[in-house]
This record gives sequence, structure tokens and C-alpha cells, in this order.
Amino acid sequence: MKKKAISILLTAAMLGTMLTGCGGGGNTTAPDNASTPAPAADTNTNTDTSAPAADTNTDAAVDTADEGKVLNVYCWNDEFKRRVQAHYPGYEPDAADASKGLIGDITVQWNITPNDDNAYQNNLDETLLKQDSAAADDKIDIFLIEADYALKYVDSEYSMPLADLGVTDSDLGDQYQYTKDVVTDSNGVLKGASWQGCPGVLFYNREAAKEVLGTDDPDEVQTYVSDWNKFYETAATMADAGYDMVSTTNDTYRVYSNNVTSKWVDGTTIHIDDNIMKWVEDSKAMVDAGQTKTSDLWSDDWKRGFFPEGKVFCYFGPAWLVNFSMAADEAGSIGNMGGWGAATGPQGFFWGGTWICAATGTDNAATIKDIIMQLTANEDIMKDIVVDDDDFVNNKPAMEGMASGATMVKDENGNDVEYSSKILGGQNPLGMYCEGAGSIDLAYLSIYDQGCNEEFQAAMKNYFDGNATMDEALDLFYKAVIEKYPELTK
Amino acid sequence: MKTAKSGKVVRYNKWGYIFLIPFIVVYLLFQFIPLVTTIYNSFYENYRSGLTQIGPNFVGLANYKTIFTNGDMMQYAKNTLIMWVLGFIPQIIVSLLLASWFSNPSLRLKGQRFFKTVIYLPNLIMASAFAMLFFTLFSDGGPINSILIQLGILSQPFKFFSSATSSRVLVAFMNFLMWFGNTTILLMAGMMGIDTSLFEAAEVDGATSTQVFFRITMPLLRPILIYVVITSLIGGLQMFDVPQILTNGTGEPMRSTMTLIMYLNKHLFSKNYGLGGALSVVLFIITAILSFAVYNFSNKQD
Repeated sequence: MKKKAISILLTAAMLGTMLTGCGGGGNTTAPDNASTPAPAADTNTNTDTSAPAADTNTDAAVDTADEGKVLNVYCWNDEFKRRVQAHYPGYEPDAADASKGLIGDITVQWNITPNDDNAYQNNLDETLLKQDSAAADDKIDIFLIEADYALKYVDSEYSMPLADLGVTDSDLGDQYQYTKDVVTDSNGVLKGASWQGCPGVLFYNREAAKEVLGTDDPDEVQTYVSDWNKFYETAATMADAGYDMVSTTNDTYRVYSNNVTSKWVDGTTIHIDDNIMKWVEDSKAMVDAGQTKTSDLWSDDWKRGFFPEGKVFCYFGPAWLVNFSMAADEAGSIGNMGGWGAATGPQGFFWGGTWICAATGTDNAATIKDIIMQLTANEDIMKDIVVDDDDFVNNKPAMEGMASGATMVKDENGNDVEYSSKILGGQNPLGMYCEGAGSIDLAYLSIYDQGCNEEFQAAMKNYFDGNATMDEALDLFYKAVIEKYPELTK
Repeated sequence: MKTAKSGKVVRYNKWGYIFLIPFIVVYLLFQFIPLVTTIYNSFYENYRSGLTQIGPNFVGLANYKTIFTNGDMMQYAKNTLIMWVLGFIPQIIVSLLLASWFSNPSLRLKGQRFFKTVIYLPNLIMASAFAMLFFTLFSDGGPINSILIQLGILSQPFKFFSSATSSRVLVAFMNFLMWFGNTTILLMAGMMGIDTSLFEAAEVDGATSTQVFFRITMPLLRPILIYVVITSLIGGLQMFDVPQILTNGTGEPMRSTMTLIMYLNKHLFSKNYGLGGALSVVLFIITAILSFAVYNFSNKQD
């Protein structure tokens, strides 16, 4: 009997621990749920303290009383978060938890998934497909998209027409047309808005320009890179002087891929445009001549040129590259010393750009409307973004005014001055951007662009490195794209 | 009295089954049901195109046909095997050596506990963190290249991740570093289990230490050795984290470091459950055959 009693005890103990295991799980989720009202309680005190700030809010008429208390934002980096934090009136960051913030009594939940290898899209797809059945506080309210795959979401029922939020066409009348084309679905309905424009230019290292070309004046440097022939001649000069023309082969990629005359996918057949093949040819020549490297974009080897020791002459990119990626806040970087210059470069192009979309099923329509209105249509806020963050904003009259110097900005001492960028050594690049923004053509976008662009650059690296013939590298590209998008064929 | 005794036996049997319930439940939930659904999925066309779900449509053996005809699987199986062998050979040699040193009382090694802990430490680091570390160390502008250039061994950076050989060797080396401590501990346990009187008898008979190692230790260690080989082989077939992180999921250059599971991951990443299922079933069969082969071999020798 004793043995029986012991065995019962043991079994009970074992089952008990199993159940406490489950119970533990249940218990930990309970405080989580319970904690959602908690920040709401905090908000009361917060709104009290931020009341004076709310007074400066130009659009204080947002009635959020009947809204959901959680605003879920899906994005792939903290660029949008930084913009909201710095420029949206009434946003309070959560000191304890970087993934949370407060707008009035609404908790903003930032869900950040890196963009690489379609990871962001996959995560967003999963969550959007569950949108109908999700609890109100778990539903996506805002998600951000890029031009490379904008169509996929815009042409679906998961994004809300801006008109349904109460944003009218005239509200966004000052925006560049191309930024609206990207997020207009096949029925002509506008589904998103962006605060930035992404025309690209060539950023050159002023020191290198002085040393090798004898000048760092943007107009004179431009004569050395005004078309591809001159660009590659300069590349040879730079190589002789110990500079890489561009950091990696991928730097010139967008300049070629935005000047194509056909889409990546024709029906369900993958198609490589002639201009992209020209990139392969030109890049291979550059690598063979020792004028650039083959590292991946965003890698440390790619970033080496942000510092003088990296010995890189130029990068291609839009305004966000300077602000967001070029390590300008790090002491010793070229950007920190104001050592970059901007020139138009051989060809116009655009790269990236972030659009704000409202997810169907959101319970925060008024707040989303206000965020869109403040960040993409409020001229004062947008000008602040330019001055603070060196971005190029999506407001044609404001940008043209600041480019020509007709619109003044305040300097640190509160005096009216003409806009100039510190990172660019006091140059005003807005005119170049304005010119570029007007000529952006998005006729050849497809929903497969991100996968095709990434895989093409990755596959061609093998060819540039001499690990494969061009045909082998192309086969690898087709293989990788079909793995990503099983419905496509070679 | 008799009836009471047999009653007890029956009751203990019952407890045996009750104790088995947790295992059976976990096995059914996390092993058996996924196994069956994987096999089921492998006969269907089932993937996601953007936000639209395609399938599931029954396609018979079409997925298996795709896998076997496009030749990718053989290539990735070869990569996996090469990297496993490259890592396993040094691993087993070093582990045997260390284990025999540690378990030999006549050497009177000092600080044994310290070194036993140290050799096990690499296994405690997350594979992904370890791979990131190596990626940074061996990148084109990384510390290893700077050191080699400053020592005058190289005149320009060697691109470790652009050569099939060096990438494979790096993956193998990392697997070796991570697992040799684990293997050493297993082998040491095996060696300590050998009757010490055998070693003493051999010593009395005048056997050299080499003879003792090859004639006594090795034969008696066989069950543990076989266990180590089987587990390492199965672990090798499932090689994923190190090459995945080291090459950012690309298996570059020219997919020479792409393992079978990385390939599987590519299909699952695009939610292609049909092809992914077929590949998993093939992997399951290969693993089963390998395990049986090694297991039978070990039993026959006894």
C-alpha cells in the first residue's frame, strides 16, 4: 500500500507540474491582457502633462473617443517611427518600451520586421489574412509599403481607400503625382500616401573629388559623371588614385533598373530587361578593372565608404540614404563632417519610398486620417522634416519654394535662412530632387520586384566574383525567383 | 496471498501505461500528426501567390517528380555531406584524443574540470550568434583579413565567402568547434565505463599506450562510437542554422553551401507546402535508411 501511495503521489506530482506548466502559460498571458488597460490608465496622467503640447496641435479636432485603444503599425525599420516621434503632434514615446508609444489615450504598438528576403511581406501577409478573425486590438491598423511591392497590397481588399478615411484628393493636391500612382489600384482608387519623394542623385565624397578631379563643385563634378561613358572614364581615374568609384556593384543597380522598358514579369514569365543586362556587363567590367567590390548592400563592406578610410568616391541614392543610412550621426564619418556633395549623375532614378496604408478593419480611422494628414499634407510639418532629417518631402510647392530659396527656414538662432544641408557641406540639393521627382516613371512596376531585384543582384555576384559564367548565374537567378514565386516560369 | 501478489503485478502494469501517457501524447501531437500531414501535403499543389492561396489541388507525384528531375536536391545533398564530413573527421579525432587523455588517470592532468568546461562552451553559444561572429570576423574588410594583410601574408583581402572551398571549410570548422566538446564528453563517459582491470592487465603484459588504445579502448568503445556517428549524421543532415546565417540564407557562392534543410526553408518561406512536403518526405526516408544501416551494422558485429 505504501508503494501504491508513493506512486500515486509521484503521478500526481508529475501531472501537477504538467498542469502548472499550462497554468503558468495562462497566467503569464493574463497580465499581458490586463496590462493593456494599464497604459490606458497611464495615458490619463500623460494627456494631462501633454495638454500644453496639444494646444500647439494645429488639428486638435480629432475625436478618438469611440476608437480602439491600440494602434498596430506594421513596418520594416524605425524610419516612420522616428518621423512620427519627432513630428506628429501629441505623440509620446514610451520610455520603458521602445516598441510602444502613445497618441492621446491610444497605445501605438510598433511591429517591426526586417525587409530582407521578403520577411516583412511574409509576416504582413500572415497577419493580414487573419485580419477578419483577429481581436479588435490585434488587428493591423497601419501598414507601410514600398514601391517594389506596393501593387500587391494596393490591388487587394486589405488596404482601405483613403476616401473612406475622409482624406480627399484636394487634401493631397500638393503631392507628387508619381507617389500617388504607386498606391492607386487598378480601378483608380487611392489607397495610401507618402511623406517623402525618392528621386535619386549621386552623392560624392568631396575630399576625393578635390584630390582626384581637382574640384568639389557640384556642377563641375557633374561634368565627370554626366553620362555612363564619362562615369566609367572617371571610374578608371579614381581606381588609379586608389578610390573605388562606387562601394559595390549594387550601388549602380537602381539607376539601371529604374530606366528599363519592360516589367520583370510578363504574364507569368520572368523577363530580364536589356538595360539590366547592360548593368551586368558594365558592372563586370568595373569589377574586373578593380574599380568596385561585390559586397552585399547594407553590409559592413558596403558601408565602409561612409568613412574617409573606406576610399569610396560615390553612392547613388535618394534623400533618405543621406539621412537614414550614411552614419551621419557617427563622429568621424564623412556625413558627420559635411563631406558629401550631390550631383545629378548619369541618369535619373528613384529608390524606395515608404507609403502609409490603412488596413481594412481598423478601428482607428480618425487617428490614421490625422497621421496621414499631418505627415503627408501639413506643409509646416513637412518642412520641419526636410530641415531636421535632410529628407525630401512629398509637397511640390514647398519643395520648389525651398529649392529656389523663395521659402526660408529657421536656423538654430531663429533667423530666416535659405535651406542647406549640413551633411552635404552646405549644399541645397532640393532643386536636383525636384527635377528628378517630376520625371519619375513607374510604368514598369510589378508585384514581384523585390524578389527579382534581390535575387538578381545576389545571383550576379557569383558572375562578378568569377565563380560562375553568366549563364550559370542567370540560371541561379531563375531558380531562386521560382522558389520565391512558385507560379512563375522561366 | 497468491491472488494479492498477481493483483499487484497487474496494477504495476497499469502504472507503466499511465507513465507512458505524457510521452505518447507529446509524440502524437508534435511528431506523428505533423509527419502524416507532411506526407499528405506532398501530394498537393499548395502555395501562396501574394495574398491569394493557390490550391490545395491534388497533383499525385508531381512534386516528387519536380524534386528529382531538377537536380537541385542531389547538389544540396552533396553540399551537406561534404560539409558534414569536413567537420566530423577532425571532430572525432580531436574528441577521441581529448577523451583518452582526460580518462587516463596515469597522466595526472591538472585543471581537468576547467578544460572540460571550456571545450564545451562553444556549444552554449547560439549557433546564429556564432555564425554572425564568424561572418564579421571573415568579411572582406574584417579583422582576419586585416591581420593577414598586416602580417604581410596577403597583399589584398581574401574573399572568404566568395570561394566555395573556404565557405564550406568555415561552416565545417564552426560545426567542429561547436560539437567537439559534446562528443568528447560522450566518448569520455564511454571510456570511463571500461573495466580498469583490463587496462591494468594490459600494462602488466607490457602493452604500449598505442596498443592499449587500439586494442582495448577502441573495440570496447564501439557502442558509444556508433551512437556518436548516428547522432552526428542525423544532425549533419539537418545542418541549417550555421550556413543559413553565415550566408544570409543564400548558400552562396553558387549555392555551394546550401544544405538540404536550407533548400526546404526556401520552399517553406514562400509557403510552398507541396514541394516542401515532398522534400521533407525524401529527407525522412534518407534519414531512416541511414539510421537502419548504421544500427544493423553495429548489431551484426556483436
